[in-house]
Amino acid sequence: MSTPFYVSPQQAMADRAEYARKGIARGRSLVVLQYADGIVFVGENPSRALHKFSEIYDRIGFAAAGKYNEYENLRIGGVRYADLRGYTYDRDDVTARGLANVYAQTLGTIFSSQAEKPYEVELVVAEVGDSPENDQIYRLPHDGSIVDEHGSVAVGGNAEQISGYLDQRHRDGMTLAEALKLAVQALSRDTNGTEREIPAERLEVAVLDRTRPQQRKFKRIVGGQLSRLLESGAAAGAASADGEAEAETDSGSDEE
Amino acid sequence: MEANTRSTGRLPAAFLTPGSSSFMDFLGEHQPEMLPGNRQLPPVQGVIEAPHGTTIVAVTFPGGVVLAGDRRATMGNMIAQRDIEKVFPADEYSAVGIAGTAGLAVEMVKLFQLELEHFEKVEGAQLSLEGKANRLSTMIRSNLGMAMQGLAVVPLFAGYDVDRGRGRIFSYDVTGGRSEERHFATTGSGSVFARGAMKKLFRDDLTEEQATTLVVQALYDAADDDSATGGPDVARRIYPIITVITEDGFRRLGEDEAAELAGSVLQARLEQPDGPRAALL
Repeated sequence: MSTPFYVSPQQAMADRAEYARKGIARGRSLVVLQYADGIVFVGENPSRALHKFSEIYDRIGFAAAGKYNEYENLRIGGVRYADLRGYTYDRDDVTARGLANVYAQTLGTIFSSQAEKPYEVELVVAEVGDSPENDQIYRLPHDGSIVDEHGSVAVGGNAEQISGYLDQRHRDGMTLAEALKLAVQALSRDTNGTEREIPAERLEVAVLDRTRPQQRKFKRIVGGQLSRLLESGAAAGAASADGEAEAETDSGSDEE
Repeated sequence: MEANTRSTGRLPAAFLTPGSSSFMDFLGEHQPEMLPGNRQLPPVQGVIEAPHGTTIVAVTFPGGVVLAGDRRATMGNMIAQRDIEKVFPADEYSAVGIAGTAGLAVEMVKLFQLELEHFEKVEGAQLSLEGKANRLSTMIRSNLGMAMQGLAVVPLFAGYDVDRGRGRIFSYDVTGGRSEERHFATTGSGSVFARGAMKKLFRDDLTEEQATTLVVQALYDAADDDSATGGPDVARRIYPIITVITEDGFRRLGEDEAAELAGSVLQARLEQPDGPRAALL
């Protein structure tokens, strides 16, 4: 029997992280933004049936980039966790923080276990509160760490560039149409800075809307409602473009 | 902190194992002792005394269905509660009203709501109305052991069938036997009286408002002749729970709306205590 090569723990972890990151980077990025009445999830997804965003519980939504079968597995685990917890205690006892912790433990254990391959996924768990200050957004990278995010977050291969773009332009109290427009602009920019058009039918959009009268705040935005929102966002953008024209060109030249 | 003590922080393997979209199936495999049907009953002599809910009524109208219930729970000849809720939304397009042992019934509704919601979240699509009705059947059947000891639960399930575009009503017996009702249905101790009233007042072309008035008339007649059914309690402002399910989904009438309906029925009964008359022929 030949002696196995020595691989330092640092090297082993770096290799696993690189493996996971490459897997995640193969998929399209997605963004999650706070707006005045809630939280909006926007991503490019040609499929109508295989979702990137979904409802976990009353006020909690889930978004994932990476390998479909792996995040789908985690999503269903999360739904089971939330439903069991709500059934055991009360619906109010199901929180995004609790869910994010369980996901972090799960991803962390898988990432550091030598017997399993690391999951090639990056998750966002978001909970809409009674007011924007009480909204919670957690980003969970492949290694099981948790990042508490505010305002806007992007996950996926191109996440760093997109979040940079969003951080500069996102502000509190945006309308849904404005937030959606910003999200689409951010997603349409390729790594080399060129813009491309993402047609409405390739967009997957969902919201956690705190103004919804139902207990369950998650809602998909599709069809007519989506195109109306995109149009009104474009119109609002055109109206405010005059005032912001200088700022736009300034920040535009910074990036190039 | 975890929802269960078996977990070590990471989601237990059962959570990440692909399987059925049913919450009850998951619970049955992961924590079977939490399912109401698996509860071990000690040998009991005679009938257990527990609060009972009484009358539930449902009626269809073109465009939807109305499900309503009185507010009284009784224990023997005592009124156990005056403002109990016995009609619940099951999901966006259906509702369930329960008569029988209140504690078990409310638990059954909670599990049923969760079952439908869980399926919807996992599958990304709703169960058919028929599927929902069958699922409720299974739950009643699992309660048969307790029903034999006098702790029966007999629900009435009503919903808007999105595929067929109309309201439908399903009634059950204690063994889980399920039957679809045409036009209207009642369950609970006052059901015979409510049924008589509905039989005389029902027409095929009721408006939504007439249908909601009809259920109040029927509940009034049930309360009139059945001591376990409560009528509108004007002094305490406790009115029947009335829910309407249409293409637009589930809606529970607000207290003001229910008060107004009950008020107009009560006013008419001051003139005519036995209620509206049907033509003899």
